[in-house]
Amino acid sequence: MSQAVSRVRQRFTLLQRLLHWLMAACILAMLFIGVGMESTVLPKYLALISIHKSLGFVILVLALVRLAVRLRSGAPPLPADLPAPMKLAAHLSHYALYGLMIGMPLLGWAMLSAAAYPIVIFGSVYLPPIVPQSDNLHTLLWGAHFSLAFVFFGLILMHVAAALFHALVRRDGVFEAMAPLPPPSSEVVPAE
Amino acid sequence: MLQPRRPPPRPTVGSLALIAVLIGGGAAAFAYTAGWFSPQRLTPDRMVDAFKAPGDSALGHRRNHAKGICFTGVFESNGAGAALSQAQVFRRGQHPALGRFNLGTPNPDAADATVRVRGMGLRISTPDGQEWRTAMIDPPFFPVATPQAFYELVIASGSKDRNAMKEFAAAHPEFAAFGAWAGSAPWTGSYAEDRYNSLNTFIFTDGSGADHAVRWSLLPAAQAVPVSPEELAKGGPDVLEQEITARVRRGPVRWIMVVTVANPGDPTADPSKAWPDDRCTVEVGTLIVQKIEAEADGPCRDITFDPAVLPPGIRTSDDPFPAARSAAYAKSYDRRTAEAKDYPRFATGAKP
Repeated sequence: MSQAVSRVRQRFTLLQRLLHWLMAACILAMLFIGVGMESTVLPKYLALISIHKSLGFVILVLALVRLAVRLRSGAPPLPADLPAPMKLAAHLSHYALYGLMIGMPLLGWAMLSAAAYPIVIFGSVYLPPIVPQSDNLHTLLWGAHFSLAFVFFGLILMHVAAALFHALVRRDGVFEAMAPLPPPSSEVVPAE
Repeated sequence: MLQPRRPPPRPTVGSLALIAVLIGGGAAAFAYTAGWFSPQRLTPDRMVDAFKAPGDSALGHRRNHAKGICFTGVFESNGAGAALSQAQVFRRGQHPALGRFNLGTPNPDAADATVRVRGMGLRISTPDGQEWRTAMIDPPFFPVATPQAFYELVIASGSKDRNAMKEFAAAHPEFAAFGAWAGSAPWTGSYAEDRYNSLNTFIFTDGSGADHAVRWSLLPAAQAVPVSPEELAKGGPDVLEQEITARVRRGPVRWIMVVTVANPGDPTADPSKAWPDDRCTVEVGTLIVQKIEAEADGPCRDITFDPAVLPPGIRTSDDPFPAARSAAYAKSYDRRTAEAKDYPRFATGAKP
């Protein structure tokens, strides 16, 4: 390894942090809207499903941008003293989260395509179908979209729990790497 | 005084408890949103569960208006609707139409002469990729005022308790008018002789951006010939399907589409209330049905006539039904597509 990269980055880049927190808000809203609209026949059903489709498309675009940024910018290393099983869990859960961020919108889009629904986002933008109309395919895609929503939410809960564990218990800088605000100065600072 | 780089560690137990509370709270909020703590909430699943067909007969079929037959044809727009809505469908011209004549029953094997309410699902597609889907029925107004009341009606009408309908009617006085219609309106011997009504109110937006609250109807070109249900029954359980198939084979069958515009103050949120007869109406075009196909293998099988699928220029109003119907139709679709093997297609299946 060359001298130039020997100073290892401790935090994600500003763009990565922006994308992370923006998408965190979008995805949480998306999951709550999803289970909410599936459980009501009130007029808000139409508003919720319309937001769900538009927001899903936004998340897909953001996730692809984020994947590209991640491939280019990388990530700060995990602490050397993190136990191996926790490292493995961290790596695997991040693959799963990226897979779901990109996969869920595509499943939803494909599911609507298989059911021959027009796919309208932002009120008047028509997306083309990405799979042919098919009852078997619809069943498969709908089942996957529905079940994976709960997997996704479960993973997010684990992700939050792990982040807080790093922040509150281990205090190892992993949380600070993605925290929206920089940590208190890394040098000693004068108290008041 | 100097502050160390890391504050001293908090007691681990307290931190873990805080994490557990936050995660538990998040999970509970999710479960609440999903309705898991609200068994009384009227969900699409409960709405669809309310429709009871005999035995397993519903498998693979729509959960209501379960018996039907597909048609294809064109909608010939005369251009007059463009004054009310900027939707492309109202510009003069011909657009492909796909639809389904159906009976208002959860039983896909019901005899045609036993079902009082008949319906038509219709999808008109325009070159800009837009679709207008609508599902209409032949009564002049809806039996009840709200989706919740409709759910209760379906439960009561499927109940074995003989008093269930009486109790329902007592609790929903608006239902009396529908009872009177069902008892006295003449039956016809053909889907082609019936008038189909949107009943729900929608908003048309014209080219200047002005909104108009409207309902629409398809008026049959064929002369209605009254027939008693007893007489109709002599034609067999599928008499209507056989009749419309034979009729369309002889030549196209037509309906005039009429849009009725509300006056200020007309009830738009309650489809159980008809608007007065003197409201402004506009003939916007003609539906021409050119071909009939059995549902099992027909083009209407795998789509829903979801009344919330609307082109720009038409949108839902304060009428709560299109949202409830959209949610319930989607649920019905999820279930029947998963049961497709129980309703074989002719090409692969058992039925002739």
